Formats: sequence, C-alpha cells, structure tokens
Amino acid sequence: MYVESKKGKTRKLWQFHGGLHLPEKKEISLDRPLQQATLPSRLVLPLQQHIGVQAQSLVTVGERVLKGQILANSNAPVSAPVHAPTSGVIIAIGEHAVPHPSGLTGQCIVIQPDGDDSWVDLPEPMTDFKSVDVRELRQRIRESGIVGMGGATFPSAIKLNPGKPIKTLIINGAECEPYITCDDRLMRDFAGRVMEGTRILQHMLQSEECLIAIEDNKPEAILAMFQELRDEENIEVVRIPTLYPSGGEKQLIRILTGREVPTSGLPAQVGVICHNVATTAAIADAVLDGRPLISRIVTITGEGIGEPGNFEVPLGMLAGDLIAQAGGYIEQQPQQLILGGPMMGFDLNTDQVPITKGANCLLCPSEEESPPPQPARACIRCGRCADVCPANLLPQQIYWYSRAKDLEQAQDYNLFDCIECGCCSHVCPSHIPLVQYYRYAKAESWAQEQERRESEHAKQRHDFRVSRLERLEAERKARLRKKKQDLKSKPPAKKREASKQEISDKDAKQAAIEAAMKRAAEKKARQQHRPKNTDNLTSDQQAQIEAVDKRRLVAREEKEQQKEHSE
Amino acid sequence: MEFHTTSSPHTKRINRVDKVMLQVVLALLPGIIALIFYFGWGVLINLILAVIAATAFEALVIKLRKRPVTPVLLDLSAVVTALLFAVAIPPLLPWWLVILGMAFAIIMVKQMYGGLGYNPFNPAMAAYVLLLISYPVEMTSWLPPFILAEQQLNLSQILAYKFTGALPQTITLDAITMATPLDQMRTNLDLNRMISEIRQNPLWGDFGGLGWEWIGNWFLMGGIWMVYKRTITWHIPLAFLSGLVGMAAIFWLFDAESFPFPLFHVFSGGAILGAFFIATDPVTACTTRTGQLIYGASIGVLVYVIRTWGGYPDAVAFAVLLMNMAAPTIDYYTRPRTYGHGEVRRE
Repeated sequence: MYVESKKGKTRKLWQFHGGLHLPEKKEISLDRPLQQATLPSRLVLPLQQHIGVQAQSLVTVGERVLKGQILANSNAPVSAPVHAPTSGVIIAIGEHAVPHPSGLTGQCIVIQPDGDDSWVDLPEPMTDFKSVDVRELRQRIRESGIVGMGGATFPSAIKLNPGKPIKTLIINGAECEPYITCDDRLMRDFAGRVMEGTRILQHMLQSEECLIAIEDNKPEAILAMFQELRDEENIEVVRIPTLYPSGGEKQLIRILTGREVPTSGLPAQVGVICHNVATTAAIADAVLDGRPLISRIVTITGEGIGEPGNFEVPLGMLAGDLIAQAGGYIEQQPQQLILGGPMMGFDLNTDQVPITKGANCLLCPSEEESPPPQPARACIRCGRCADVCPANLLPQQIYWYSRAKDLEQAQDYNLFDCIECGCCSHVCPSHIPLVQYYRYAKAESWAQEQERRESEHAKQRHDFRVSRLERLEAERKARLRKKKQDLKSKPPAKKREASKQEISDKDAKQAAIEAAMKRAAEKKARQQHRPKNTDNLTSDQQAQIEAVDKRRLVAREEKEQQKEHSE
Repeated sequence: MEFHTTSSPHTKRINRVDKVMLQVVLALLPGIIALIFYFGWGVLINLILAVIAATAFEALVIKLRKRPVTPVLLDLSAVVTALLFAVAIPPLLPWWLVILGMAFAIIMVKQMYGGLGYNPFNPAMAAYVLLLISYPVEMTSWLPPFILAEQQLNLSQILAYKFTGALPQTITLDAITMATPLDQMRTNLDLNRMISEIRQNPLWGDFGGLGWEWIGNWFLMGGIWMVYKRTITWHIPLAFLSGLVGMAAIFWLFDAESFPFPLFHVFSGGAILGAFFIATDPVTACTTRTGQLIYGASIGVLVYVIRTWGGYPDAVAFAVLLMNMAAPTIDYYTRPRTYGHGEVRRE
C-alpha cells in the first residue's frame, strides 16, 4: 500500500496480521477545545510513575517546595525523578491509592498548593541543541523526569541510548484506541512543539529517516503536522490506515518498515526507536525551556461524563477532582471508571487516584457502551480470535492450555508474544475473558520460573552439603583404618611404653583442654570488644553493619563446625 | 466512590455463540425446505423427532452434570446437530432409530467428552455412521424424489409406517423406496455399464440425480450466505470441493465412461451439505487456516476414494470422522508464524 507521507511523496506501507475496526467514539471528547485544569486543593504524587526503581523522597513533611523542584529521585540506572507540579507545602508522605490494576496503594508525596505557582530556578534552556553534547541532552531528559507517555512509562533517556545505529526514528501519533484524543489534541494545538521534539530526537539518534505516524482518522492533526514540515529535513508525516492496534509499537514498526521486532527483543535490534508524540513534546519542553514533566494532556470521556473533553492536568491531580471539572458524572452511581482506553485500559476501583505521567485517558462509559461481562461459554474453536490477533498467535490454543494450567504448552504457543490488546476477547462469540487467562498464565509462568530457580539453588546447596559430609565421613574412616592398621602392624607394645603413652595421652588431653579454654576466653574477649565510632549511625549504616556482623557470625560458625568435624 | 472492576477489554462484544448457531440453522432452511418438497413429510417428521430428542437428551445430561440447563439449550448447538443428522437420514427411517441416533450423538459423542467445544468427533456424523453400520437396510432405503415416484404415501401412512412399521396392504416397501443416485451409479458401474448408457435412465438430471441436484443447490445457497455473513470462512468448503472435484477430474479425464464427471460428485449425496455445514463444524475441524485447507481437501479426496472404491455409496460421514481424528495433528504442524519469530518477508 502506498500513501502520501509528505507533500508530493508516497511511501510503501506494510500490514500486520489481524487487527480490528472498532467504533472510534473520538468525537465525544473532541467537541471542546483544550482546557486548563484548575489547581485542586492537593496533589498526590506517586514516587513510582515509571518502569524501574522507585524514586526516593528528597523532601520532608512541612517543607515548602517550588514549582518544578525535584521531590524524589534515584541513582538507579532505570528510574525517573518526580517534580513538584506547583508551589506549595508538603503535607504528607506515605501510602495512598495509586492507579494500578491491583488496586493497591503506593508511596506518595502530597502537596498542598499555595496558589502562587512560583517556579524554581530552572536549568538553562538548550535552544541551540545541535551544539550540545548528546550525553548532556540525555542527562537533561533524565533529570526532567520524562518517561514514555503513551502508557508504557519507560524512562525515555534510556531509550535514547540504544548502543546501535538507528535507521528509523518513529514518532507515534497513531492513537489507535477508541475514545482517546489527547495525542490528537496535542498535535492539533502544539504541532510545533511536537516537531521541535522530533528534531531533537533525530539529532540525538542521528537516524537516517524520521517518520511521524498518524492514523488517517485524524486529518486535522495530520494537516497541522504537515504544516510544520521543512523541506530540507528528512522528516515525514505518514498517514497510516485506521486499524486497531496500529499504535502498538511492534505493529507500527511493521506498518512503517516491514520489519518485525524479534521476540523478546527491542526495536533497536531492527534499527528502530519509537517515541510517543506526547513524550516528544515533553522532551522539547525539557530541552528548549528546561521545563520538567509536571503536567500532561488527559482525555476525560465516555457517555457517563457530563462535559467530556481534553484537559491539561498537573500531575498528581486526583481523577475525581478532574472529572468534577469535566462536568462530573451523569449517573448518581457510575458503574465503571477506566484508566486508558476501552481495549487496554484497566478499571479503577476508586476515583481518588492521581493522574500520573502515563495516564492518557479517563473513561466513564455508560452501561450501553461497556455492558457487564456475560457469563463465558465453552470455546467452540471458531478461530475468530486467531483471525484478529495482531501477533498472529492462536489465542484459542493458548486459552486451552492456560485453562488446563499446561503452562509449558502455552509458552510453546508463544504466550509471551501476546501484547494483551484485547482483540481476541472482543470478537469471541463465547465471551471468554481471554486476555485475563493470558495474564494469569504469564504471571503463573513467572512465578514458576522463580520457584524453579530457587529450588535449583536449594538443590545445589543440598548436593554440596551431602558430598561434603560424605567426604568428611570417608576421611574419618580412612583415618580410623590407618590407625587400626598401625596398631595391628605394631608388635605387642611394651607395658612401660604403653604407660608412657597413657601419661602422654593424659598430658595431651590436659593441653587440649587448656587450649580450648584459652580459645573460649579469646572468643569472649573478642565479643566484648566493641568497634568505635558506632554512635549516631543512620539507619542505613546500622543495617549494613548488622548485615556484615551476621555474615561474619555465620562464617565463623561454619568454620568451627568444620573444625569440629575434622577433629 | 467504589467502582466495579473487570478485565479489559471493556467493549460490547460483537459475536455470540447462539447467534452463530442460529445463522447455521437459518442457512440450512432452504435446503431443508427443498428436501421436504422432494421427499415429503417423512423428512419433516425426522426433523421434529431429532430436534426434540436432541434437546431432551442434552437437558438430561446437563441436569445430571448439575449445570444450569437453560443457557446450554439456548446455545442451539444441539438443534444444529439434530438438523444435520435429520437431513442426512432416509425419510422413512423408523422413529426409534432417529431417537437412538440422537441419544448416541448427544450423550456419547458430545456430552461424555465434556459437551460443546470438547467433542473430538462430529456428533451428527458419528450417529449417522453408527446407524449406517448397525442398520444398513433401514439407512439405505431412500425414497425417490416425488417427480419419479409411482406411488406415494400420505401423511398418515408415513406416520403409521414410521411408528408401527405397518404399510397399506396394497403397497410393498420395494415399490416406494429407491436407491440413491450415488448408489445406482455404483451398482451400474459394478455391472460394467458405460456412464453414457447409465445416464439414459430418466432419473438423471443435469449433474446428479433428478431432484437431488436441486437440494444440493439450495444447501449451496445457504452455505454461500454463511460465508458472506462470516459464520464460516471459505477455507474448508472450498478445499473440500476442490479436493473432490480434483480427484474426480483426474479420473474422469482418464476414462469418462467409467468415472462420473466431477459435478456429478459435487451435486450427489452429501457433498455440498458436508462441505458447508458438516466439515465446517469448528469444534471438530482444524483451527488454523492452513490446517483447514489441508483438512478440507483431505475430506474431499477421501469422499472420492470411498465413493469410488469403498464399500459405501456415500462417504461424507466417514471422511469427516477420519479427518476429525487427524485435525489436532494437522493443527500442530500448521501453526502460523508469530510476530517476531522466524524469517520476516518484506515484499
């Protein structure tokens, strides 16, 4: 298929297997222009808004913070700092409900805004980014707390250090899920920003080509992006056919390049790096203005919402507060609130969870839009799931084996290549919650793998111990045999010598007892001896010392045990 | 505020098992009406008996298995089995054989393996084969289509015969029954007659037997409608008919006087019904697309082989059951290439 990708240019596109034409429902949230969410009375900032190591809080309760100030950070390679979205006072640091499918809580910093919205001193803008060292640009992106805003929330700076030559940089503006329009809105209203971010990324990766992919159901966004193109650059805006899930990273790479990311591999292996348009715009903010990631555009939509639309939301704003600004719920008792789109989003059990870096959409559907699930019937193996699977799996077979808890077979049918897009469940005539089965099978496989590793380790230790004991026993027997032989081979001992022997034996015993007492005394002294400079330790240091002591104690005990054995 | 939480996707589902089954029933209707038109009330009685028996046996087993009965009955799978069985058996088959067939199909072949979705064999075909082997005379006593019939039974006579085995005194069974065209073709070929000679008999139409070929047409229409509605895909029917026509063409080109021309095979016996309605039963067929092509073609070839050199005039049931056995293995070796595995074609 060839489509126009840049004024006067056409480009060959490829197809991925399967996919679905879904009712788009995007118009619901596109009627209104982008609105600015007003600051709520408190912001709740989870320390974990990204894939990787949780950030550690750098502030204390009662502290006054400024807008853009780093609140939490981590030295771990895969992590991202959290910044204050506005100025205010830290009123709490502790557990709070966070948006997660488990419905569990997480560590959060709670800010009470002071209304001044006064900025911290931001780092210098890097307006002339082409003259800045790439490492410095990466550092800036990392320090600005930028993560994948399409929902994956992987720290962007790491993706910008692929360690391989990149042929194609893809800017993902496909936004293939129904209802969601935040990227569409962003491209329409801030096309320039997205393009600036694209230029920065292309400069950093030095890719041969750069493709901005947008589904053809967003003509305004495509036009806006077209107008930002400059002829001399090798950046193209590519109109791709609307087909869910074309915005999935693997599917988009297939569409644009015809290549496939190898299973359990990374896009960089096929010379591709993908970034979402919102991430790209955030990178432009960070590099060109020094502005960290403290807000994002969120779509609030669904037939259960009073005035659906797109909002620029400070991170940490509670979903409930935001929905109140979008006209509130239509029903007194709304049934369901989804974070993300209808296909891949997950249900929230409360609206008292904060908007995080990866939150692109809040969807409150009417019962007509998202009816409660029907009881599942038996699979009739009709194969419709396989027809729509974008990973070209056999969902019916994986379901069969997952249900039978035959995880090995499920993996043999490439369970782990499932992207959980939901196409199979959507078309299943028996209404089987297939994705749920795959999630279960994956989690169970991970758990089994972990268990297997642990038991292998335990087995090794056991084998080692058994062989050690056997060796010791053999040595003991050998000694005994030798002694007996010695005794036999000796001529009947003379009595005097024997008595002498007895005396010397007694002496030896006495000596041994004395030696043992001396050792015990030494040991006691050693234990009484306290190391210096151990007052005023931090809890971390204390823990370290304790760990070292414990290790030593164990080692000593083992040594003594061995000694006892050999004796 | 507390919300309900369910697993993604959160959409209105677009398909339903009972709708799929209903589409199969609707697609069968033209063929069923044609069958009644050509062969009379016996067909309708068979249909009614089979549907009632299948539903009753299904309900009984579900009850014994302590599962909710209504949703299972409403999925209409038992009705589909009953209809497929009833259109395959002779119109004058005694009532208790219909019941026996359904008991075997539903209890033994379907429910004892775990019910819908778990049965390795097509229940209707397994029941057909059971009766064909155990009661060969009853199962091969077909009526002639009404256009060829010299004597016809009225409704009460048919009822009397089916339920009591009594015929009016003036009529003998031989006078009202007739071998199927496939049967006649075989018998005549066994007598070393030429095909041109055999076909001079008025009971032959353009392709198959007079009347019979039209029933095939009506089932074909229903089948095409199912492909159009995506109740089934084209893979199995096309492969089935290609396999059958391919084999028939080879031998017909080799010797047109000893081997009937390909369309005779398509429009005789259960070929069309088998291709669109029986071999496409998703539970017992192959599930991969490549597998379905192999599965369908193999049935087509087997049908020709059994019809031409086997001991039975028609062969759809045997061919389908044989390939049911092979389906899991075919599936295993025809798995599609998953994204990111193996060689990627970039044309």
